[in-house]
Amino acid sequence: MTFDPDLIIQYLPDIVRALGVTILLWIAGSALGIVVGFIIAVARRYGPRWLDLALFAPVELIRGTPFLVQIFLLYYGGPFIGLSLDSVTAGLLGLTIYGAAYYSELWRSGFVAIPKGHVEAAQCVGFNRTQTLRRIILPEMTMLLLPSMVNMTILMLKETAILSIISVPELTLAVSALGTKHYAFVEGFAVLALIYWGLVEACSAMGRFAESRLSKYRFAAS
Amino acid sequence: MTGLPAIKVEKLVKRFGKTTVLNGIDLVVERGEVTCLLGPSGSGKSTLLRCVALLEEANEGFIEINGMPLGFASGPNGERVRLPAAETQKVRAHIGMVFQQFNLWPHMTALGNVAEALVTVRGMPRKDAEERAMAQLSKVGLSDRAGHYPSELSGGQQQRVAIARALALDPDIMLFDEPTSSLDPELTGEVLNVMRDLAESGMTMLVVTHEIGFAASVGSKIVFLDQGKLIVEGKPEEVFGKPRHERIDQFLDTYLDRGAATLL
Repeated sequence: MTFDPDLIIQYLPDIVRALGVTILLWIAGSALGIVVGFIIAVARRYGPRWLDLALFAPVELIRGTPFLVQIFLLYYGGPFIGLSLDSVTAGLLGLTIYGAAYYSELWRSGFVAIPKGHVEAAQCVGFNRTQTLRRIILPEMTMLLLPSMVNMTILMLKETAILSIISVPELTLAVSALGTKHYAFVEGFAVLALIYWGLVEACSAMGRFAESRLSKYRFAAS
Repeated sequence: MTGLPAIKVEKLVKRFGKTTVLNGIDLVVERGEVTCLLGPSGSGKSTLLRCVALLEEANEGFIEINGMPLGFASGPNGERVRLPAAETQKVRAHIGMVFQQFNLWPHMTALGNVAEALVTVRGMPRKDAEERAMAQLSKVGLSDRAGHYPSELSGGQQQRVAIARALALDPDIMLFDEPTSSLDPELTGEVLNVMRDLAESGMTMLVVTHEIGFAASVGSKIVFLDQGKLIVEGKPEEVFGKPRHERIDQFLDTYLDRGAATLL
């Protein structure tokens, strides 16, 4: 087996197209996961007790099983309960559910970490619950949670590779197809590693930039 | 309305689980008075203040602000009837609160902290709110720190911003919960001076404090709590002067080491 870079150049358009799918699924899945996770966290914190308990089990189930198993069950098991999805939809739904479970726990930790006094101060100047959430809790959580949110979002990117098992036409599938066809796994997976790493570094850099912009907001020592 | 006391607390009882923290407190704070709540830790003084700020809900009893019931009204048979949130909010607007931990919002500048409620709650245009906030900051001597974030301010400065934040809403009663307790000794002076000015301007104040010197010189009334009960109440010279209540004597003894004796 030889290392043949020409193969990569030859298949570049395919790789770029697949990269586009990966990035789209990553961004959409993370964004939806963050939003749904927030809704879950708010429902569990401010909703009735039964809702908290009802949401506890699925969150634990998702966090307690491999993504590979979840996506497999969703795609191949879904039709048995009348849920027939094409691979991309199933992939996006799976990513969203998986992300939402983790993001909801991050949001939850954020709610806990905000000093009670900051909320009381808002109450004392007449804020209602929505105003407190929007003007005080959310901005404070953003700065508190930014590093762990970036971290989770990086994991989300790498989980998109799992979607290749249900034939979502994303990067890992495209590169493995190339590998199988030409028996060129080293070239393919080397490129694959570099691309994922590059995306992760770009994401981290954005996170660091945002953190530096928010550094002034750090909690004041009292 | 002039005859009504600013704060009237009636038979207030507050329990946390099985512990009774406030055991039937009656207290009247007249308009323009500075009432200092003293007492050992665990005596319930902070809880009393927090009930008046409606950060805690009492289990029994009533609180009136300027004659208006706060949170709960007395029903026909003396039972407690919860008032609608809007009404409670209206009564609460008369009260400003200052915390031991300052509780400034870290993602807003000093000016932002002071202007925020004017915009969000009162619906004032941001520009007008900031103008008013600026005026309030200069009253506490911090106009040059308006653009600083809380993390860039000293504890004393943060507490003065917190006072300005409460004052910006134009309350007629100010509550202080151990406002200098988390400050370095050399920073307490600047906060106490602001409070002294405020008292001289005629503001009604209810202050939980360990600063006996401040209580003795600025307070128009001293209220001493112990184990959830109001034990002694009176003018500073009556409470601190001899003959003294035995419990006050014990309490003051703990301050002698810290040089408070010279103040009394």
